[in-house]
Amino acid sequence: MNNVFVYCEIEGTTVVDVSLELLSKGRKLANTLGVQLECICAGKGLDGIEKQVFPYGVDKVHVFDAEGLFPYTTNPHASLVVNLFKEEQPQICLLGATVIGRDLGPRISSAMHSGLTADCTELEIDSFEMSIGGVKKFYENQLCQIRPAFGGNIVATIVNPEHRPQMATVREGVMKKEIVDPNYKGEVVKHDVAKYVPETEYVVKVLERHVEKAKHNLKGAPIVVAGGYGMGSKENFDMLFELAKELHAEVGASRAAVDAGFVDHDRQIGQTGVTVRPKVYIAFGISGQIQHLAGMQDSGIIISVNSDPEAPINAIADYVINGTVEEVLPKMIKYYKANNK
Amino acid sequence: MSLKIVVLAKQVPDTRNVGPDAMTPQGTINRAALPAVFNPEDLNALEQALRLKDQFPGSTISVLTMGLPKSAEVVREALYRGADCGYVVTDRPLGGADTLATSYTLAQAVKKIGDYDIILGGRQAIDGDTAQVGPQIAEKLGLTQVTYAEEILKLDEQARKVVIRRHIDGGVETVEAPLPLVVTVNGSAAPCRPRNAKRIMKFKNATAVAERKPEDADKYAALIAKKPYLDIPQWGAADIDADPAQIGKAGSPTNVKAVKNIVFKAKESRTLSASDADIEGLIKELLDGKIIG
Ligand SMILES: Cc1cc2nc3c(=O)[nH]c(=O)nc-3n(C[C@H](O)[C@H](O)[C@H](O)COP(=O)(O)OP(=O)(O)OC[C@H]3O[C@@H](n4cnc5c(N)ncnc54)[C@H](O)[C@@H]3O)c2cc1C
Ligand SMILES: Cc1cc2nc3c(=O)[nH]c(=O)nc-3n(C[C@H](O)[C@H](O)[C@H](O)COP(=O)(O)OP(=O)(O)OC[C@H]3O[C@@H](n4cnc5c(N)ncnc54)[C@H](O)[C@@H]3O)c2cc1C
Repeated sequence: MNNVFVYCEIEGTTVVDVSLELLSKGRKLANTLGVQLECICAGKGLDGIEKQVFPYGVDKVHVFDAEGLFPYTTNPHASLVVNLFKEEQPQICLLGATVIGRDLGPRISSAMHSGLTADCTELEIDSFEMSIGGVKKFYENQLCQIRPAFGGNIVATIVNPEHRPQMATVREGVMKKEIVDPNYKGEVVKHDVAKYVPETEYVVKVLERHVEKAKHNLKGAPIVVAGGYGMGSKENFDMLFELAKELHAEVGASRAAVDAGFVDHDRQIGQTGVTVRPKVYIAFGISGQIQHLAGMQDSGIIISVNSDPEAPINAIADYVINGTVEEVLPKMIKYYKANNK
Repeated sequence: MSLKIVVLAKQVPDTRNVGPDAMTPQGTINRAALPAVFNPEDLNALEQALRLKDQFPGSTISVLTMGLPKSAEVVREALYRGADCGYVVTDRPLGGADTLATSYTLAQAVKKIGDYDIILGGRQAIDGDTAQVGPQIAEKLGLTQVTYAEEILKLDEQARKVVIRRHIDGGVETVEAPLPLVVTVNGSAAPCRPRNAKRIMKFKNATAVAERKPEDADKYAALIAKKPYLDIPQWGAADIDADPAQIGKAGSPTNVKAVKNIVFKAKESRTLSASDADIEGLIKELLDGKIIG
């Protein structure tokens, strides 16, 4: 009772990365609270699924294995989570801020009448005094859900002290995936799906489904070279791809560069794109608006190439190169080729 | 067959164009500095509705918005583009709502509209960016939902089924869902058709009560007496039979505990020029330190 729950998203029979990241975070929250970490795995052909999640410190896996649970459709998954939550009364529930998590989370929050905070960047436990509806109370061990708000210019801490579970979604790559113990052993509970999901809930049929593996590995790349609106053109981006090839790096972009059509949308870094934390991040013609920084500020070494010495990104850069991308980019390629023997 | 379509449309501050004056010196949002716009993905939803209407003549599209009195602007905009009618839900006690209270209020308003086959909204609003309201309305109305929709491919009137292509992580899928249904439409769906000049003429004086200046009351009364469609119905909490405990701040489980301005600590950085010497020096330094290479 009152444990920390993670809804694990499953593609085929594999638990996706964002869920493993959430298990890592969930483990820490559970430790702070002195409770257990539980997770839900719902799909088809899930024998042995627990092996994927135990190393992250899961104490109990709720397995729902039945025809009709993969591919995901809203109602059956919502129904099993809601009915399980009525029994288990979790205090926290975390979901990925993925298409599935953002389809399912609000459905659960509506049914449970509990608050849901979207796209959190940090989750912490804290105790505090707060006045709700004119009544001041001391609330112990609450989940503080921190999310960028209003286009990222402010960061809001959201709490829901009077309702359970406290629900939050988190984007992929925001939390760190950490194995606690490769031999960690928890309990497996195989549920009778029919008890949780009435036949009438299977209302949506998936006629066709097409999923492609990501075309790049931006998230895991040790070096990221990113271009912004200051790149000026698609042609200049070709130069960036050339540099990336030399450096074995991946190419990222700001939203302004994506909007300008310089590069594909799936390379956008930031609050509404991918979060990266490479060893080296080189920003070309990126001003460094807060929404962009949200996706790369934890990078190891940050190098900024910008014609404006006052560009905000320079404030968080280790190296600032005052110059245009047209000048600097070819020189970087040239001197890298010359010196990397 | 004709369909009863409801489109959810929100008026939002244009966060895509946040300028330096968007924040007050105190660090709060200066809403006045941001133009209020039709939430972009709600326009995609409107287009899907209009396409259904093209396909099933005689269908009606009702636009529903909740917000400040001036949010009637989005209703007018939708009328210019082809919607048949619209409703504005506005009332003091509705303020401060989180997504749960918002969806409750909108679900109550949908019930008041009554007859509906399909409810279309945007995937998400650009201010809150949560994408929660659509699914929560579906849950409250006891309907299923299709989120991230890119195109309504087919609607089978006999079987009362819709086939929809939707975006999923890393791909697309095609689903078949029963009516009545809630659909949230993704920005990658077809853009909305432009305003129609004749419709602008017809609806430019359409207003909700709260928008009218008291001194213009007579003028509008005369107009509406002749052309009743110029009155955009406006509802308060009582009109939609809303439970006071479930609306506004009181009906919102989430509470904002703290809001902080983003200030980044400056690192100690080295400044270089674009000269050959500086760039080569940097590359060598990074290579020597095994940082790259
Ligand atoms: C809700 C919301 C979510 C958002 N999410 C994201 C997100 O996920 N990711 C993201 O990146 N943005 C996001 N944004 C947009 C963000 O606010 C900025 O608009 C965007 O990051 C700006 O991109 P930019 O730095 O490339 O462009 P600009 O701000 O236009 O900056 C261009 C920079 O290039 C420099 N420059 C110009 N010419 C040259 C040259 N020849 N050589 C060198 N430098 C040059 C300029 O000095 C300037 O610093 C979001 C915004 C909102 C409201
Ligand atoms: C910066 C910020 C962060 C927030 N974070 C949270 C949070 O994490 N959790 C939370 O519960 N609340 C949050 N809120 C409050 C939330 O934004 C409001 O409750 C809002 O009224 C509805 O949510 P949304 O804008 O996120 O809409 P979304 O759920 O993103 O909207 C989806 C669609 O629903 C329809 N819709 C939504 N609102 C209306 C409306 N008023 N009228 C007509 N149609 C509508 C539109 O079709 C829209 O495209 C936040 C608000 C702000 C400004």
